[in-house]
Formats: sequence, structure tokens, C-alpha cells
Amino acid sequence: MQSQERPFRSASGEPLALRRRQHSASCRELALRRPRLQLRSLSAVTSAVWLAAYGVFVLSENSMVLSAAIFITLVGLIIYLHFVKIDQESLLVIGSLGIQLTSSYASGKESTTFIEMSRVKDVVINEAIYMQKVIYYLCILLKDPQDPQGVSEVVPLFQSSQPRLDCLMEVYKSCQEILDQRKEAPQSSGIK
Amino acid sequence: MFTQPGDCADPQGWGFWGATALLLSAESWQGAAAEGRAFSSPAPGIAGAGCTNSTEASVDVLKAAALLQGSEPTQGTQTLIPHPQRRSLPLADPTTQERARRGAQHRWLPARAFTGAGCREGEGGARSNAEALPCPPRSDIGSRGCLSAGSARPARGEPRGQRRRGSGATGGCGGGSVRPGLKTRAGSGAGRSRGNDAGERNAAGPGLGPTRAGCGAQAAPGCRKRAGGRRSAAVCCSSGIADMVLKVFFPSCCSSAESGILIGRWISEQNSAVILAVVHFPFIPVQVKQFLSELQRVTKVNVSVLGSWNNSKQEKEESLSEFLEDLGTIFSHEPWIQISKEGDSKFWSCSTLQKRSNNHREEEIILVYYDQRKVMLSCLHPPLDTAASTAQEAEDASRLSAIFDTVAKSKVLFMTDKYDDGPIKLTHWQSDGVEASIIVELMKQASVPTCMLLTFLLSLISGACKSRMLKFWPLSFLWSKLSTCEQLAHRLQHLQVISSNKKAQNQTQLMRKANIFVSLLIDVALGILLMSWLYRKNRIGHLADTLIPVADRVAEELQDLLQWLMGAPAGLKMNRALDQVLGRFFLYHIHLWISYIHLMSPFIEMILWYVGLSACLGLTVALCILSDIVALLTFHIYCFYVYGARLYCLKIYGLSSLWRLFRGKKWNVLRQRVDSCSYDLDQLFIGTLLFTILLFLLPTTALYYLVFTLLRLLVVIVQGLIHLLVDLVDSLPLYSIILRLCRSYRLAAGVKFRVLEQQDGKPLRLLMQINPLSYGSVVQTYRLPTYSCYPKDSWTSLCKKLFLGELIYPWKHKGEKQD
Repeated sequence: MQSQERPFRSASGEPLALRRRQHSASCRELALRRPRLQLRSLSAVTSAVWLAAYGVFVLSENSMVLSAAIFITLVGLIIYLHFVKIDQESLLVIGSLGIQLTSSYASGKESTTFIEMSRVKDVVINEAIYMQKVIYYLCILLKDPQDPQGVSEVVPLFQSSQPRLDCLMEVYKSCQEILDQRKEAPQSSGIK
Repeated sequence: MFTQPGDCADPQGWGFWGATALLLSAESWQGAAAEGRAFSSPAPGIAGAGCTNSTEASVDVLKAAALLQGSEPTQGTQTLIPHPQRRSLPLADPTTQERARRGAQHRWLPARAFTGAGCREGEGGARSNAEALPCPPRSDIGSRGCLSAGSARPARGEPRGQRRRGSGATGGCGGGSVRPGLKTRAGSGAGRSRGNDAGERNAAGPGLGPTRAGCGAQAAPGCRKRAGGRRSAAVCCSSGIADMVLKVFFPSCCSSAESGILIGRWISEQNSAVILAVVHFPFIPVQVKQFLSELQRVTKVNVSVLGSWNNSKQEKEESLSEFLEDLGTIFSHEPWIQISKEGDSKFWSCSTLQKRSNNHREEEIILVYYDQRKVMLSCLHPPLDTAASTAQEAEDASRLSAIFDTVAKSKVLFMTDKYDDGPIKLTHWQSDGVEASIIVELMKQASVPTCMLLTFLLSLISGACKSRMLKFWPLSFLWSKLSTCEQLAHRLQHLQVISSNKKAQNQTQLMRKANIFVSLLIDVALGILLMSWLYRKNRIGHLADTLIPVADRVAEELQDLLQWLMGAPAGLKMNRALDQVLGRFFLYHIHLWISYIHLMSPFIEMILWYVGLSACLGLTVALCILSDIVALLTFHIYCFYVYGARLYCLKIYGLSSLWRLFRGKKWNVLRQRVDSCSYDLDQLFIGTLLFTILLFLLPTTALYYLVFTLLRLLVVIVQGLIHLLVDLVDSLPLYSIILRLCRSYRLAAGVKFRVLEQQDGKPLRLLMQINPLSYGSVVQTYRLPTYSCYPKDSWTSLCKKLFLGELIYPWKHKGEKQD
């Protein structure tokens, strides 16, 4: 099983790390790791909130403001870590089974989606124009059950990391190598 | 009946020796089989042991021979297949007789004594030579990564030609040729070695997989073909239809099971095998087949024997692998999957045996572990409605649902545990003993009479409700307006659903019944809680006492408001006369209302006390009663609103019509459009006059309308909030939410795979876990339908109606005519 890690950058400039692992001939895992929560930003936000609360306390002479500020900070931090801050997004491609997308949050929660190979039409890099920028994103095209040539759904990948094109190309190449394997067999599923 | 091979009275195997000699002189398979038939004994004998006397042993030998040849499969399968004994094997000896003799020392399937002689020797010899785990020599593929230590190589000099199956001497098998069917394994071995360092494979632990690959080349295809009549199922082996990868779904509970054969379902279109259980030695093949066909009949799942499972606690036995492979001849299945595990190793070897495959493709194997109990109990969402879908759709259904389906339908299989006295010994998730809960069983027993009683009561109640007496016009109107009656009817319907004796057909119905039951339970519990709180300190008496003063206060406030309107409200100048008229009219109305309230005041407390008792029917009923009380108390506001709205509406229509007249136009009712029209002079005169009057009276009317509309909207909002709460309690699927919280595997949105530790050369190991549904989807899927519908009007249409003075009924109930 080979594993290699390379640094990249996201669309907004933050450093990312892409780790490729090959578990077997038809199974690959690509994990994109984002920088973790920095202590300095956390302390900056906390001190700002508490200073503001202290200011309000001085004006209103109500100590409930301080307790409320502490409570809000704690709850806000927990909500942020559990629902907002994504630490790692990974893609597990198992030829003949499917593609699995996992997002791991800072609190340890993992949200997983598995798409079966029979539903996957292709993995492509799309470009989107957002305000003044052109953003590239990798997405999975799903087959339409009624129309064999059509695309029923587009599932974008790495939404929160937003890597740049060079990283996307790496991921794209890896995925295509495995998807090509299934095209080698003339038909991949169903009794024809 | 099933003696272990160890305790035999014939250590030298002379019985076998005699039998072997007998058969070595046989001319053909048929002959052997005929002899076997001639000697067949009625009772299933002990095939493996030399414990009986030699005649019987020979009988069994012959039967087993017939078995292996498979020429008379039905006859031969009476043989019991014992637990293969693990014994170390003696040195290799090239001569046939020696081989036969040594082969006879194996206390296994006696057929092996002469069939597998060559094979065994090679393996045994090399092994005892130098503790390596070698393969018998296969000169053409020996170099390709057959598992070996270097030192064992010389022992493998034995030419492959000498490895023969069946009656070696007859040479009917044309020994030495590589069967095309086995190229698969050889190829797969080769493929693996291609990717890996050969040295790695040497060091790669006691896996039988590479051995299998190397040992692939057995004797001739002719034997097999004659022997088995194994024609593979048409689908998967023909060229190129299936995936190249074989997926084996293995239940984690069987990881520590004893050796045996694997039964499960083979899904050929997905090239995957779902293993349901392991059948242990000893067993009788024909009984296993009967068992499986019975199972198939009951569960409608195509269960068959898929392969063999070898869990050896000691070091690996090569000969065992041959034996297991031979089982493939008894249970014809294509491909024959062989999984083996050594000691406590995590890394198993898995290989397949393709009897007939025309393409020499390398097949990768993926081993997916799954938790059998969880997969059996879980339900995949969105559920496939089997009644609606056609066969084609069912085939195209997702692979995962096929797997879930297989395990779920095989519930009957999991009901047999190891304490049953059947001929078949299985291992599955429940084989250690079927668990059940006494409480659940008691409740199931108790539920039948309860349901019947409930149904009877409900039929009485609904009969009473539907009686003609209550259908007369004033009463029916009243019932339709009171939301309490709606709620009670809704709950009655729910009770009817629960108490019906029909079992729920599918998961959705079951969940709905459960949700309704829990909803009713919680409702009644909360209602009783409320009731106890209300009646504790005579709070209801206090409530009744404060009701009249509150009504009085509301009336007073209204009177003040009207007085204000009759003056100069907000500095606006009203038309004095109209103002006075409207004001006095409304004031008189209020006065009447207050009189009625005061008339009823002595009875209020008693009425309220009894009405409060109905809170025990549920919190929703109590809330509906509250909403109705609010509606009744503010009835005069509703009346004022209607009067004001009608007046205003009339005025607006009049104004618009006269405005058209002013411009010389007319509304054509037939054509629904505005047409020009020539009016007479007096028509125009009167029209203009009326228009002026109406226009200057507009502000007054509009002000009254505005005030009362606002009041009405306030009341509507309060009522709306109460109804929202009622709907929440009604429609929330609490059972599903609690199930998602506590047993999240029962509601599955999909699966997730986790890659386990890998070892080169071994199949890919994955763990399949259930990905539970999110709470939002749970609520959305299992929401109970309610009777009320929410405002259909968008904001713009609402504003339009308000402007035109049309009456608004924001909470239209289902089943009511639209106004």
C-alpha cells in the first residue's frame, strides 16, 4: 500500500495537503487536509466577544451580560467545531463498488456519502464563474435512469477545501485510472 | 454416527489399502460407480474413518469415489463428509503404490487415498522436508509466486504429470495438462505476484491463497467435466458481462467459525457473493441440498452453497485445501469460493475456482465484512415499493438493496441455532442461541384481544357519531366549525388504524402504526399531566372565575375603541352621521354580547370543569378546546369584522362600477370584460351623484374595516399558533426519531465502507457499516398526515383580498368547500 502526501493551495490561498493511498489495484483513497483551528484566531475572537460584553456590562451594570457572553462563546465554539469546521475531506474510490465521500469535522464527526458505481457516469472538472473569479471544482456526474446519455445530478466534491486546479488534476487522474478499469469490461452491470 | 477419524481401529489403513488395490484395477468410472452402487449400504456411513471393518470401509470408499466422480451424484451424496483431520503427512515417494499407501494413511475421504495420492505426496513430502509450505511442483507456474521457502524446491521436482485425480492409474484424466478452468487461479496468483515482490509472498504468512494459485493446476479437465457435469450458470462466466472483481460479503460473526462450507446467495449480475452462514462438518450433502431447497422455497431467496471456509487453528494444511476444493465437485457452484484463515491472522486468503471459464482474466477479490444482525434489521431508504416496481426495475435496483434484501429475507435461516438437533450445524449471528424478549412476546400475545376490544369499542363510537341525529343542519354546521370535533375525528381514525387486526405489510406501514401509537401515547400522557396540573389547586375554578372579568374587559376595551372611532380618530375627520350610525350599531352589538355572557356566567365554572376533563383525551384535544374557547369569546370581533368587511366590500364594488359609468364603460358579465356603453343622461346624473356620495363616505367605512380587520387578524394569529402546536404533536413521528437516536442502524440512508488493514497479496479488506438517515429526512419520510392545510394564499393574494374587502379564511380545513 503506497501513500504519499503533497502540499497544495486552496482557491483562497490557505495551504492544503493531499494524501494519496493506494490500498489495492482498484481501491484508492485521496484525502485533502485543511489547516486546523488556530489558537490565535480562537483567542482573538474570544477576547473580542468578552471585551464587548464587558463594555456592555460597564454600561448596563448587569452581570447577566457577562455570563451570557461566556455561555454564547462556549455554545458558539461547540457549534462551530461540530457543524462548520471541516478538517479533512476524503474520497475513497473502490472500482466496482462505488465512490465514497467523507467530510471529517473538527469535533470528530464524520459525514459520509456513498455513491454506487452503477450510478456514476463520470468524474469531471467543471469551471464556474463566481463574482469576478473563475473557480474549478471536481464533480461526479450521476446517470439518469431514464435517459442513458443524460446526467441526472451533479455532486460537487471538496466544497469546503476548494483546491486549485493542480490539485484537482491529481485527484482527477487518480479517479480516472480506476474508472477506466471498469470501462475495460464491456458491460459493467445488469444482465443484458 | 459421526465418529471422528481419530479414533479408528485401523491405524495402518489396510482396509483402505485393500480398497485401493481393488479400484486401481478398475477400468472406467462407470464401473467403479456401479460397484459402488452395488455395495451401497442403506445408512449413511462413515466415509472418513478406517474405524469400521474393511468391507464397510471399502463400501464407503467406493461410495465416496462415486461421489467424487460425480457420475452418480444423487447416489454418491449419501456419504457423510466428516471434519477433515489435520495430520502431518509422510515423505514423498515417487512410486504409485507408495503413494497410494501413504495416501491411505490419511483418515479422510477415502477417495483421496487413491485420487489425491500424487497431489498429497508432493505437498506432504515437501512440507515435512523443510518446514516450508510448498506447493507441489508445477513447473510452468511454479516460478510464479507459489508460496515456498527456497529450500523446499528440490522436493518439488516431482513432475506435475504425476499429480492426478481420480483413479490415477487409469490415466483417464490425461494428467499433466493444465485445466483451462484453473488458469484463473493461476493467473490470479500470477497477477498478484506481478504486483508484488516474490520475496514478499514468501514471507507473506500462512495464506492458502497463493498456494491455491500455485496449486491450481490439477489433473485434467476431462475428469472434472466427466465428474461434475458442472455446467456453470450461463450468466456470469460468459465473456465480459460481469465485473472483473469478485466481491464477497462475509458476516463478521462467522470470522471465528469452525471450518465448513459457505452458504449464501450469488448475485451474478454484480459478481458478488453474499454469505449468510457456515455449515459445519460433518454433514451429508444431500441433506444440505434439501435444507437449501426448503429454505429457498420459504424465503424466496436463491440460497446455495458458495464455497468453503477453512479456519485452521494450527499451521496450514495443504491437503485440506484439496479436500475443500473437492467439495466443489459435490456442490456445483460457479465460481467456487475458498476462504481460509490461519490461526488468529487477520489476513485471510481467498480464491475462486472457475470450472469453466473461457477468458483468462485475472480476478481481484474484495472481502467486505458486514454486521449480519444490523443489516438484517435495517431498512434502506428510499424504500423500493415492490408492488409497484416491475421486474426490470427490481433488477436494476441498487446493488446494496439486493444485499440488504437477501439478508433480511433470510430471517428464517437465522432461527436455527446450534442447540437444535438438526443434521445441519450452522454458524450465523444467532447461532449461539435465539434471543427473544419475554416482554415483547407477552405484549404480542396481549395485543390480539386488546385490538379486538378496541375495534369493537371504536365501531360503537363511530356508529354513534354517524347517527342521523347528529347530521341535522344546525348541529352539523356546529361540528364542522369546532376544531375539537375535527381533532377527535382525526384521533378516532388513528385509533382505528392501530387497532386493525391486519399485520403491517411493509416497513412503511409498520412505522406509521408505531408512530401513531407513540404519538397517541405521548398526547394522552401530556394531556393527563396538564389535567393534573389544572385540577390540582383548583386552578380550573380560578380560570373560570377570571373568564367573565376577562370577557368584560375585552368588551370595555372595544367600547372605548368605538368611542374613539366615533370621535376624531388619529385626527381624521369622519363623516359624522355615518360614524354615529356605525358606532351605535356596534356598541349595541357589544351590549348584547355582554348580556349573554353574564347570562351564562353561573354555568361557566361547571361547564369549564367538565370540559377540562376532556384533556385526558390528549393534549391536542385540550389545545383545540382552548382554541375553540378563544373563538367563542371573540365571536363579536368576528361579527364586527364580517359587518365591516361586507360594508366595505359593497362600497368598493359600487365605487368601481360607478367609476366605470363615470367614464362611459360597463362591465360585460357575459364576456367578462369591460365594454363601452352609452348611458342616458339621467343614468349618468344619478350615477355620478351616487359615486360622489360613496367616495366621500369611503374613509369612514375604510377606517372601521381596517380596525376590525386588524383585531380579527390578531385573533386568527393566536388561533393559528395553537393549531400549529396541535399539528406538531399530531404529525411528529416520535417513534422514528427515537429509533434513529437509539437504533440508528434500522434506518439506513446507505452504507459506508472503511478500509481495514491490508496486506499485499491478500484480497482487499473492507468493513461495510450502515450510514444512518439524517434527522431531517427521518421526519420528512415518516411524517403523519394531518387534516388541516396551511394558508394557500400567497402574500400578494392575501393583500389583494384585504384591499377588496373579501372575507379571508386563512385556516381552511381539508374537506371544506372553498368559499
